[in-house]
Amino acid sequence: MTQITTARPGRGDHAAARRRSLRGFAGLAYATPTAVIVVTLFIAPLVLVGVMSLNKWPLLGAPTFNAPQNYAKITEDPLFLDSVLFTLKYTALITVLLSALALGLALLVQERRPGVGFFRTAFFLPGAVGFAAAALLFYGLLNNEVGPFGFLGVKWIGTPNMALFSTIVLVLWRFAGFNMLILLTGLQAIPVEVYEAARSDGASRWQIFTRITLPLLRPTIALMLILSITGSLLAFDQFFIFTNGGPDNSTVSMVMVIYRNAFFRFDLGGAAALSVVLLVVLVALNALQLKVLR
Amino acid sequence: MRYYSSRSALAVLFLFPLLWSGWSSVHDQTGGYTLDNYAQMAGFGEGLPRYLGNSLAVSAMAVAATLAVATLGGYAFARFQFPGKNVLFLATLAILMVPYPTILIPLYVLLGYVGLQNSLVGLALVFVMFQLPFAIYMMRNSFESIPREIEESALVDGCGTLRALTHILLPAVRPGLVTVGLFAFLASWNDFFAPLILLSDGSSFPLPVAVVSMTQRTFGAIDYGMLQAGVMVMAVPCLVLFLVLQRHYVRGFMSGALRG
Repeated sequence: MTQITTARPGRGDHAAARRRSLRGFAGLAYATPTAVIVVTLFIAPLVLVGVMSLNKWPLLGAPTFNAPQNYAKITEDPLFLDSVLFTLKYTALITVLLSALALGLALLVQERRPGVGFFRTAFFLPGAVGFAAAALLFYGLLNNEVGPFGFLGVKWIGTPNMALFSTIVLVLWRFAGFNMLILLTGLQAIPVEVYEAARSDGASRWQIFTRITLPLLRPTIALMLILSITGSLLAFDQFFIFTNGGPDNSTVSMVMVIYRNAFFRFDLGGAAALSVVLLVVLVALNALQLKVLR
Repeated sequence: MRYYSSRSALAVLFLFPLLWSGWSSVHDQTGGYTLDNYAQMAGFGEGLPRYLGNSLAVSAMAVAATLAVATLGGYAFARFQFPGKNVLFLATLAILMVPYPTILIPLYVLLGYVGLQNSLVGLALVFVMFQLPFAIYMMRNSFESIPREIEESALVDGCGTLRALTHILLPAVRPGLVTVGLFAFLASWNDFFAPLILLSDGSSFPLPVAVVSMTQRTFGAIDYGMLQAGVMVMAVPCLVLFLVLQRHYVRGFMSGALRG
């Protein structure tokens, strides 16, 4: 556009300006559906969740202002406090195990060889299945009456520790390939020449891995960690479907408490206050991670 | 040989649960072959056709609307200057920063205000919003990667920007559209939490919520064979789509759109 205006002085300016403003209108028109969705389905609920958290907001009936009661009672809810500890424990375990497994898988299939495509696909395939479906699959797979592991006699979801262990196996199975794929994109961005130079300098495999691969993979690992931490802090499906929060409420995640407050206690205001807290923590965490890890 | 044996063992480990689920969906308790599980699943609750239809309807609406909104939006962000452009782009990407379970409760209330509570249309709109950051980012990059000269000659010839989009640019961004459509389908077909919150009537449940309800019945034993039949009905379309469109799926990862 600027080229046209400088090339044609005088009367051309007018036509160019008219065309530019027409293009401005066209751009605005094309962006309107995006703007409508962002404003009505993202910004409006963001504002509303704040407003709701300041009100006694029953599932049915009119809301009444009661701030800051919804926030004050958060600390008095033992189920929520337990869920915070449990979710943090789960997030730490998953993040460490999932990253290690995904990195191992990515290293196993990073070289181009005949058949490597099959292995990549096999490792990723569980990731194509929906998470709810995967949780239901494990609900049967780890059932001792119908599952193939019944002969072991292990209570897969019968004790708090086993329920957590089994859920971790489910999540690793479902997400390892997904994270492997993220790491593969980073591994393949490392130029072959770097490895060749290191090898000709006599570097060992371990040295190449710790001195070249890991540092160059840092941004990709950062992305994987952010996705894994955020996803785990928001865990719901696996505990709702697979363990149903049990045994004895030992696997109740933070999002499950929000859900229970809203739809079992019919306390939308309380659920909104918990949402706001979780939202602020996660946005802050995301910002912090981006700063630290990049 | 060592290269293949370790990887094959791992591949078996990852594929085994899927194979077991498929196997147990077509076998009865005694191990004999049967299609009873699927027949029972067909008659469960409101019936499989109903849940399958709900899933297909909501996914189709979400995919179509995501493609339409992201095509127009991506075109606008890639080719036009307009007031508020940067703010809108950042606001769209900010959807990624906000954990989606935390805004579903207010979305439930908001959809109620406009009569879209317990509605598949409302659910599809929410899916479109969740997909928007990835879709807009992907489509903007797709449009930006096309040389401007291609449509400029058409624009000089008096062709409008909309015509340039539909006749010249759309065929060129088709790979991006396939990737965006695939991600939108997989996300909306599989999502469990949003329909659980936004839908209250059993007859409007999509597959994941309907099949999970099989495990949460208060009386009667859980029919595990039927459950795995349900898992297969949900999983097979995704597995097939993934295997066919694998390259388009991986492009979504390479694009950097996950980074937000």
